[in-house]
Amino acid sequence: MSAPILDIRNLTVELPKGADRKNAVENVSFAVYPGEIVCVVGESGSGKSVSSHAVMGLLPKGQLKATDGEILLEGEDVLQATSSRLRALRGTRMSMIFQEPMTALNPVVTCGAQIDEVLQIHTDLGAAERKEKVLAVMESVRLPDPTKLFDAYPHQLSGGQRQRIMIAQALVLDPVLLIADEPTTALDVTTQAQILKLIAEMQERRGTGVLFITHDFGVVAEIAHRVVVMQRGKVVETGTAMEVLKNPQHPYTKMLINAVPTLTPPVREERTGALALETVKLCKVYGGGGFFQKKREVRAASDVEIRVRRGETLGIVGESGSGKSTVARCIARLIQPTSGGIVVSNIDIANLPERQLRPHRKHCQIVFQDPYRSLNPRRSVGASIIEGPMNFGMSEAAAIAKSRDLMNLVGLSPDALDRYPHQFSGGQRQRICIARALAMEPEILIADEAVSALDVSVQAQVLDLLDDVRKKFDLAVLFITHDLRVAAQICDRIAVMQNGVVVEHGKTADIFAAPQHEYTRALFEAAPGRNFQFARVA
Amino acid sequence: MISYILRRLAATVPVLFTVAVMVFLMLRLTPGDPAAIIAGDNATTQQILDIRTKLGLEQPILQQFFIWLGGLMRGDLGESFFFRKTVFELISERIEPTLSLAFLTIVLAVAVAIPLGVLAAYRQGTWIDRVVMGFSVIGFSVPVFVIGYLLVYIFAIQLGWFPVQGYQRIGNGLGPWFRSLVLPAVTLSVIYIALIARMTRTSVLEVLSEDYIRTARAKGQTEMKVLFQHALKNAAVPIVTVVGIGVALLIGGVVVTESVYSIPGLGRLTVDAVLARDFPVIQAIILAFSFVYVMINLLVDLSYTIFDPRIRY
Repeated sequence: MSAPILDIRNLTVELPKGADRKNAVENVSFAVYPGEIVCVVGESGSGKSVSSHAVMGLLPKGQLKATDGEILLEGEDVLQATSSRLRALRGTRMSMIFQEPMTALNPVVTCGAQIDEVLQIHTDLGAAERKEKVLAVMESVRLPDPTKLFDAYPHQLSGGQRQRIMIAQALVLDPVLLIADEPTTALDVTTQAQILKLIAEMQERRGTGVLFITHDFGVVAEIAHRVVVMQRGKVVETGTAMEVLKNPQHPYTKMLINAVPTLTPPVREERTGALALETVKLCKVYGGGGFFQKKREVRAASDVEIRVRRGETLGIVGESGSGKSTVARCIARLIQPTSGGIVVSNIDIANLPERQLRPHRKHCQIVFQDPYRSLNPRRSVGASIIEGPMNFGMSEAAAIAKSRDLMNLVGLSPDALDRYPHQFSGGQRQRICIARALAMEPEILIADEAVSALDVSVQAQVLDLLDDVRKKFDLAVLFITHDLRVAAQICDRIAVMQNGVVVEHGKTADIFAAPQHEYTRALFEAAPGRNFQFARVA
Repeated sequence: MISYILRRLAATVPVLFTVAVMVFLMLRLTPGDPAAIIAGDNATTQQILDIRTKLGLEQPILQQFFIWLGGLMRGDLGESFFFRKTVFELISERIEPTLSLAFLTIVLAVAVAIPLGVLAAYRQGTWIDRVVMGFSVIGFSVPVFVIGYLLVYIFAIQLGWFPVQGYQRIGNGLGPWFRSLVLPAVTLSVIYIALIARMTRTSVLEVLSEDYIRTARAKGQTEMKVLFQHALKNAAVPIVTVVGIGVALLIGGVVVTESVYSIPGLGRLTVDAVLARDFPVIQAIILAFSFVYVMINLLVDLSYTIFDPRIRY
């Protein structure tokens, strides 16, 4: 085997004092060889991103510091490099793409200029040559109509196109090492599949070594040559993709692989509870425009008809822009539907004015996607939980007693009620959000991508909790997700949405066994690692 | 965009009309008789009455208002009670010093405050940051006239670098004009430097934690360009807003400064007109100020589109 392009030896990065452990990564060693994709897998806090940022010299100053070891890029230790040498290496020998292409691109600079910037920094090419080169690289990452997109701003592009711009920007100078930090996590499954394909293709064509950071074993199965598993700052297992996926050795690896939900839904009994929610030809149209402007309308939801019984979980599956969240928000009446009906306990709430709507608010509660942003950071979690019931006339003492019971129910200590959201982990916060929703004694619980931001192991626990509370309180659950694997685990029935329309609707088992609509089939096609039978080990 | 500008311009008409009505009524409902002031301390009642008739003050208020409004429509601002000149003449004499002072002040404030704010954000928590923020607190809290007299004492009286008082018209040469305005502009700019630097720091700090700043660094961009090309443009909208508010407030701020440095500008004119109950002059100045205010707001809103392509009207 030839010499590695990246060789990390005994890397230790220290955390600031007062953190939960001494080192962010400790004694980490692994290598990337030319033309190879190495996946670093781990959950949040495993140190996988810290390691990759250390390679680029992008550790936040004053907070994280590499204290030991070396990072050899083609034999040169980047930890010893001066800052000007580091700048010269970035973009030329090593480059990086990030998780969220919307925020990773400067919103006020055109896409072409952002790629061009790399050439301006590192080459002496004239303006015309640079433009030619930028257009060529845009072409090579399969961006449609590069000349037009050259002058476009990031917000005018789709998520997939933005990530292609990022990739173009990273590869324009043919670096030997590409670091991809969760590059597809924020993308839709179908887009994710395209971007993974593109990365593999570019890597193969250019012989680039790729360090691919991910938490998703589906993605690993799809793209990795070799795998490095990290837990709490240490490497716990390395090996070829086949070895690790088929025959994991370390208990943590086994746990991670077991936590990947399968695409095979479990057998579920038919739910026969009373009808809790029904929408009739629900439509939501955004936009319009005024006197002087052209009319621009977006039909975010058109003629959506869904029914959920008590004790039943209905999944609404779709990609971003499919209208699934719009439907959820209409049902919770966070937004007003344009037309159609929403029948909850035999009353159409679609057009009720706010005053008459208020009593209905408690019947329907939402758990949102990002538990880091859906709890008020300046209020104790107890205050957040009792606020709702007290708005509906419960005494403070009763509300506190109830919140203590609920904390027990969601698996947290009631003593933690006085703490603030930042003192909890993501999974714990989502449990708090569920407790907050349950405090209102709702009949309908909407989970809007409620487990998407969580690590796989935590995801499984929160899914179990959701299913438990559904049974216990006989809830009608509306489960919004983009992830078919998750939908398979928890939903009794599924409605697949595309461009505001429900294209397919049926029992989970039926849809997974034989998807009818072509879009549903495309979603299945795109699910990463679908062809891979993960080892199920005890 | 064009239709937006037209709508905004059309919207100034009701704003100015409302201002006109309010100013007119308030002046006539507050105590103080311009005729008595013009006539002087020893005037007889008959003399005062004669002056009132001459000024048209004995007519019903509504009639006075419509006479004034009719004049306004024809572009006639009326005649000063006190200075024996048309209001238009008075204002055009006085506008040059005030515009010069305001312009120099805001240029100075922006040129100093933005680099200071960016630097403070970049070196957050270090002594540089603390010095800049400390200066900002002082700038906010020390009254304009204290700064003014202090600067005059040091730079005009002790060192003799700049004139103590007075204003040189721009027609007399750029050098003397500039020298006469340095101390007033510095005096006046202190509070705006404090305000804009603080806003710049906050805004840039927020932007510096954004992902695209990390991307720029990952491309190998230098820190200077990361700060001034990537961060500052994204941080611009709140900064421009504050600069706009600053320019609008400046118009009020010139009053004290013009008094301290004896600059014959609109600020001084306002003070004199108020003391003399010179209704036409006060009305015209306030109308002009509110027009400028509305225009600045429009310009600020339009400038957003330059800094952020996502904002479209």
